[in-house]
Amino acid sequence: MSDIEIMKGNEALAEAAIRAGCRAYFGYPITPQSEILEYLADEGRRRGMIVLQAESEVASINMVYGAAGAGARVMTSSSSPGVSLMMEGISYIASAELPCLLVNVSRGGPGLGTIQPSQGDYFQAVKGGGHGDYRLIVLAPSSVQEMADFVYRAFDLADKYRAPVMILADGALGQMMEKVRFPDYDPAEHVVPKPWATTGKTPDRARNIITSLHIETEQMEQINIRLQDKYRLIAERETRWEEVQTADAEWLIVAYGLAARIAHRAVDLVRARGIRAGLLRPITLFPYPSKPLAALAGRVRGMLTVEMNAGQMVEDVRLAVNGRVPVSFYGRMGGIIPSPDEVVSALQKMVAQDVLTETEAN
Amino acid sequence: MEPTSTAHPAPDMEVVYKRPDTLLDTRMHYCPGCGHGVVHRVLMEVVQELDIQQETIGVAPVGCSVFAYNYLDIDMQEAAHGRASAVATAIKRIHPSKYVFSYQGDGDLAAIGTAETIHTCNRGENILFLFINNGIYGMTGGQMAPTTLLGMKSTTSPTGRTVETSGYPLKIADLVAMLPGVVYVSRHSVHTPNAVRQLKKAMIRSFQYQKEGRGTCFLEVVSNCPSNWKMTPVESNAWLEEHMFPLYPPGEIKAPK
Ligand SMILES: Cc1ncc(C[n+]2csc(CCOP(=O)(O)OP(=O)(O)O)c2C)c(N)n1
Ligand code: SF4
Repeated sequence: MSDIEIMKGNEALAEAAIRAGCRAYFGYPITPQSEILEYLADEGRRRGMIVLQAESEVASINMVYGAAGAGARVMTSSSSPGVSLMMEGISYIASAELPCLLVNVSRGGPGLGTIQPSQGDYFQAVKGGGHGDYRLIVLAPSSVQEMADFVYRAFDLADKYRAPVMILADGALGQMMEKVRFPDYDPAEHVVPKPWATTGKTPDRARNIITSLHIETEQMEQINIRLQDKYRLIAERETRWEEVQTADAEWLIVAYGLAARIAHRAVDLVRARGIRAGLLRPITLFPYPSKPLAALAGRVRGMLTVEMNAGQMVEDVRLAVNGRVPVSFYGRMGGIIPSPDEVVSALQKMVAQDVLTETEAN
Repeated sequence: MEPTSTAHPAPDMEVVYKRPDTLLDTRMHYCPGCGHGVVHRVLMEVVQELDIQQETIGVAPVGCSVFAYNYLDIDMQEAAHGRASAVATAIKRIHPSKYVFSYQGDGDLAAIGTAETIHTCNRGENILFLFINNGIYGMTGGQMAPTTLLGMKSTTSPTGRTVETSGYPLKIADLVAMLPGVVYVSRHSVHTPNAVRQLKKAMIRSFQYQKEGRGTCFLEVVSNCPSNWKMTPVESNAWLEEHMFPLYPPGEIKAPK
C-alpha cells in the first residue's frame, strides 16, 4: 500500500489504528462511523487485529475495559447515542486508569437526532459525561490527515498517562475524502511496559487487580487526588492548539474541528474586507488551551466562538478570557454546518457593535 | 480447653483438609453461612489442583462477591454491574491460552447483564460462567431478583412475588443451554459436602473443556442468602432444598456426548 491515499476520514482513522499496533477493536454499528468497524473487520482482521462486533455499545466499552486491563492496545468507536451508552464504562476505565482509544464521530442530537455532523457532544466529551470526577484527554481533528495522525498520538498519550483518550470528530470529518499520508510509525518502538495488567499471576509478583472500587472514603479521595494531579500534569504538558494570523489580529475566532475549517475561510474573507481577524483552533479540548486564549484576550478587541451546537465550548472561552473582552457565539444545530458567509456576518456584527459602543462612549 | 490451630498440627497428626494456597488467608466479608465463600474455596482448590494459578484470570461482578479479588490469589478484574462476561470475553480474546471465568450473581448475570450473558454464550466464548443464584439481590439489601421465586418475599416484593407485577422467575441456565455455542451447563449447590464435591468435579470438567476450546461452560450454583432471607444458615439450607430445588433442580442440563 502506497503511503499517500485518498480516503474517507473514518477509513483513514481505521488504517492508522492498524498501523499504530492496535491489537483489538470492539464496536457496534452506527452512522456516520460504521466504516471504521467495516474497514477493520476486513483489513484489520487480515492484518491480525482482533475485531469483535459486540451486541451493544455497553458491551463494547466493557470489552475495551477487559482488553485494556489485560494489557492490550485497544479501541472502540461510535457516534453520539452510542457514546452516551458507554458512559458508565468510560467512568470505570478512567477510574481504573486503563489506556485506550475512544472515538466519537458525532452526529446531531439530542435523542436519535440526525446522522448529519454536529459538535453537540463537547460537554459530554470534555466535562465528564459519565459519573464522578474524571477527565478524558480529548483530541479534535479537523482534517482527514488529522483523523489518522491523532490515532498514533492518542495511543501514545493513553499509554503514557494510563488514561482513556477520545478523538472527538464529527460526521463530516468521518465521511469526507481527502488526501492522507501515513507516517512511519513502528508500534514496537512505542511499547510501554504494563506490569499492572492481568496477564496471569506469576510467582515473581503479587496478583494484579483491575478495579475502580475503593470502599474506604479516605482511599477513594486519595485516588481522586492522584487523578487530579495527573490531569494537571497533562494540562501542563499536552495542551495543543493552532493559531492562524493572530500576530496582528484585532478579532479572534475560536473554533475546533470542522468549524475551525469554516472559520479559517471566514478569516480570509474578512481580511479581504479590511477586518484584521485571526483564528485559534484548540486541538486538545481537554486539556483546553486557556493560557494562549488568555494571552490573546490582552491583545484583541473581541472573540467569536463558532461551533456546530448551541454554544458549549464558548463557556471555556469565557472562562479563559474572564471578562476581559467580549465573547460572542455563532452556531448552527441539528446537523447543519454553518457557511463561511454566516461566520463573516456574525463577525461583522460584532465589529459593528464594537464601533457602536465606542461611539456611544465618546 | 486449649485452642486448636490448623496452621501447626501436632507432628503425629495428619492434615486431611486445609485452605488451598491460592485462597488468601484473609477474613472474608461474607455473612456467616453464605454460599459465596464456599464457592470461592472450591474454585481455588480446583485452580490449585490443576496447577493453573498462573494461567487463570477471573472477573468479579458487582454484587456481594464484588470483592472476590481480595480472596482469590490470581489476576482479576472487577467489572461494571452485569458486564463481567463482556470483560471476560475481551480478556480471553487477548489471552486465548489463559483460563478465564466470570463470577456473577443473579441480578448481575440475569437482569442487568442479560444481553451480555446471552451474547457471550451465543458467541461460544471459551470462558466459564460461575453463576451464583440466591434468588435475591444480596448486596443492595434484599430486593427482588429475576430469579426470585413466586410468592417469595423481598424488600421490593414485600407481600411475595406475583406473576402479575413481575412475571416468572428466570431460568437462565436452561435458556443458555439452548445456544449452540454453549457446551456444558450444569446446576449445583454448596449446601452439603456431597454437593460441594459435585461442583468441584463440574469445575474441573469446565476448565478441561475450556482448554480444548469447546465453547462456553455455564455452572449455576443455587445458593443462599441467610441475611436477606432472614434465616439462620441452617434454616436457609433447608429452605433452599425445599423451595429453590423444585424450580432449580441440581443436575446436568447440557453436556457433550
Ligand atoms: C449500574 C448499576 N446499577 C445498580 C447497582 C446497584 N447494585 C449493586 S449490586 C446489585 C445487585 C446484586 O445482586 P446479585 O447480582 O444477585 O448478587 P448478590 O449480591 O446477591 O451476590 C445492585 C442492583 C450498581 N452497582 N450499578
Ligand atoms: S447478603 Fe446474602 S449473598 Fe451477601 S454475603 Fe450476606 S448472605 Fe451472602
